Amino acid sequence: MAKSGHDLIDIKVHVWRQKDAKDPGKLVKYDVAGVSTHASFLEMLDILNEQLVAKGEEPVAFDHDCREGICGSCSMMINGRPHGGQKATTACQLHMRLFRTGDEIYVEPWRAAAFPVIKDLVVDRTAFDRVIAAGGFVTANCGSAPDANDNLIPKEHADKAFEAAACIGCGACVAACPNGSAMLFVAAKLSHLHHLPQGQPERLHRTSAVVTAMDAAGFGNCSNHYECEAACPKDISRDVIAEMNKDFAKAAFIHRDRSTKADGGG
Amino acid sequence: MKLDARIPGGPIEQKWQNAKFDLKLVNPANKRKYKVIVVGSGLAGGAAASTLAELGYDVACFCFQDSPRRAHSIAAQGGINAAKNYQNDGDSIHRLFYDTVKGGDFRAREANVHRLAEVSVDIIDQCAAMGVPFAREYGGTLANRSFGGAQVSRTFYARGQTGQQLLLGVYAALSRQIGAGRVTMFARTEMLDVVLNDAGAAVGIVVRDLVTGKIESHAAHAVVLATGGYGNAFYLSTNAKGCNVTATYRAYKKGAGFANPCYTQIHPTCIPVSGDYQSKLTLMSESLRNDGRVWVPMSTTDIDKEPAKIGDEARDYFLERKYPSYGNLSPRDIASRAAKEQCDDGRGVGPGNRGVYLDFRDAINRDGEDKVREKYGNLFDMYERITGENPYKRPMRIYPAVHYTMGGLWVDYHLQTTIPGLFCLGEANFSDHGANRLGASALMQGLADGYFIIPYTLGNYLAGVDAKGLADPKSAAFTSVEAEVKGGIDKLLAIKGKRSADSFHKELGTVMWEECGMARSKESLTRALEKIPKLREEFWSNLSVLGGRDSFNQSLEKAGRVADFLEFGELLVKDALVREESCGGHFRVEHQEAGEAKRDDDKFCHAAVWEYKGTDAAPVRNEEPLVFENVKLATRSYK
Repeated sequence: MAKSGHDLIDIKVHVWRQKDAKDPGKLVKYDVAGVSTHASFLEMLDILNEQLVAKGEEPVAFDHDCREGICGSCSMMINGRPHGGQKATTACQLHMRLFRTGDEIYVEPWRAAAFPVIKDLVVDRTAFDRVIAAGGFVTANCGSAPDANDNLIPKEHADKAFEAAACIGCGACVAACPNGSAMLFVAAKLSHLHHLPQGQPERLHRTSAVVTAMDAAGFGNCSNHYECEAACPKDISRDVIAEMNKDFAKAAFIHRDRSTKADGGG
Repeated sequence: MKLDARIPGGPIEQKWQNAKFDLKLVNPANKRKYKVIVVGSGLAGGAAASTLAELGYDVACFCFQDSPRRAHSIAAQGGINAAKNYQNDGDSIHRLFYDTVKGGDFRAREANVHRLAEVSVDIIDQCAAMGVPFAREYGGTLANRSFGGAQVSRTFYARGQTGQQLLLGVYAALSRQIGAGRVTMFARTEMLDVVLNDAGAAVGIVVRDLVTGKIESHAAHAVVLATGGYGNAFYLSTNAKGCNVTATYRAYKKGAGFANPCYTQIHPTCIPVSGDYQSKLTLMSESLRNDGRVWVPMSTTDIDKEPAKIGDEARDYFLERKYPSYGNLSPRDIASRAAKEQCDDGRGVGPGNRGVYLDFRDAINRDGEDKVREKYGNLFDMYERITGENPYKRPMRIYPAVHYTMGGLWVDYHLQTTIPGLFCLGEANFSDHGANRLGASALMQGLADGYFIIPYTLGNYLAGVDAKGLADPKSAAFTSVEAEVKGGIDKLLAIKGKRSADSFHKELGTVMWEECGMARSKESLTRALEKIPKLREEFWSNLSVLGGRDSFNQSLEKAGRVADFLEFGELLVKDALVREESCGGHFRVEHQEAGEAKRDDDKFCHAAVWEYKGTDAAPVRNEEPLVFENVKLATRSYK
């Protein structure tokens, strides 16, 4: 471990380079020298990219945006672990003080059938959007809401809902799962809405709809490894999966698809 | 340039009611015949797209991120204001209106601000109905906290991630419309220009598919821009890396007036810069100032001492000293300048002595560490991850950073720009915050514009447009803009120089921050006006963009955005130079009284609206006079 202060370290990074979806891709080794231990992991990649540009090589493509751990854009395996494996930390919040001179670091994109690689470390996560579009919402047209305090929500319920709603949709759970399952993501969305009174009217329909969409998107099934929970940068508990399974079983017994003819509400 | 704000008649409390009745409607069966383009999927854009689709319009929504859920609204931490008066502490629509006009240092349009305060209460209802998990009291009612510039508790929140929770509500509503086929979503698609018809009305946009690199045209009966602010003109800011000025700047070049670009907000509580590799700055929520006390050592001899070893008698709680009635909750512009003042005085702490302490010792002693953890735990964790220091044990070090931009495309009361059919919402427009935005008001404005204003005012515009007249994206109006866009891209690729777009962006940011940051002077601004064109010249002769145009190419995306910042930065500086007064976030050192901003209402009680006149001509500055009939123009005092 580096000492405190602005220590500089020299590392080697093996980065997954893949021109496009069709390219087989490969790991390429780069030396990155003089990285401050206060830099974030993505800032280290910035430094590498500046080096590449100076040499006339195309920089490494990677998704990133807010760089403060909330937008869910970053999506890379670092030494085989989503976001690098520091507890409750996204790759953009991982700092180089966790590494030391001489370290060899392997950086790869999410690996999952439902997340095809677009380029280098960038993957296509629109499967998540399709799952939410299938039912991950409360039907409440703008303008139709009662006063916010008309629905009293016990603090414990609001807190539970919040804990599940903290999911940033990054896909680390899928990348961590040996089956490429999205159960933690999907169940977190459901748990968020189902701990609130607003989520009750559509509860079983929603569960059935999003689970169906999840299967259709090509995500695998859960076989209780719980790697998802360990990898989640927002510490979402695997308990949400049990909640979802319970509702899904219930829905299978008593839920009938709502009529699409006279509904008009979507 | 004609600037008719179209402010409705009547007393301020009735203007919006009157307007809603007078605005023309589109009958429900006809709405589906109208196509609307919404660019941006944050709180303003996402709310507009979903709500317009709920009403029945045929909507297409565009964002450059991989999913609409990632728009930068997501990063807002502290909260959202609303005049609910749930706390029974004297709040009202009028007080929120008054606080916002005063907080903006009397540089906002009264009628817009009043409407914002009115609809604020509906926003909270709507968000709760969509399942936004706001903080609650044990009895189940909504909880509130205080924010800067207000003496009431009107801020609703979801721990330190209110923005993400509100955006997830918007994204859920938008997803419902996408699933129902009423919104067509184009993610990873960047708008590169707006298309006007012969009559000068907006009829579509030209975009680049960021995965394939393909340039495409989309036609519509109206175009809504909700593309956020331009804080990244300073390179280092609390904005996400992708935030850019391209959509609004290119609309400006097509004829939309750009108002008050010099109004930029410097947020007082951000984690200080640690080195030259720094790619962005991270905000520590203003809500922390509810319990954290801001101080520096009284004496320069103590600046390197361990803070815990400095007794109360040797600490200068400068906000409490200078502004006893608002104390640590003084507005952002004032708190930022005060921090700079202490550091300029040689009493700053940390690397380079550019930092002040934000100390929770007293709150921890009073309420216990657990209580503090419950309120701010995620922010404390974030601080520790970034700095490697434990803020429960050692006070945070903070310093001001660029955070928000009050300027933006000029819009009238209908949120329409000077281009008919081109509307602008959220941070991208200029309308509601004057020269300084109060904390927790950005989320409020984004949602107000998207949920409750544009659905009314856009209908009024479309009622006057022939539904059968949808423009043809193969027509010359579109193909000529496509050719311009392609030409611009080829030009960037053809330079084949040595430097990355990022390196130019950094250099521009340094100029903007040094010469046009928290303290601006005629000399510094003049220097900036010499440096920026030189930098731009080097950009166009020494830029290196590797990779092709017909594929996923982040360097190319970045280069286009930096090219726009290099022009826009100059406009921002020009605006700052002409505005010979200090107001809100715009501080001209020549114009101050006892260290406080000194406005000049005789000369500058107006919005400055810049009009593009071509590449080689100077832009023209127009004025929209601001009339204060309900809040008396006065010197702001938070003492």
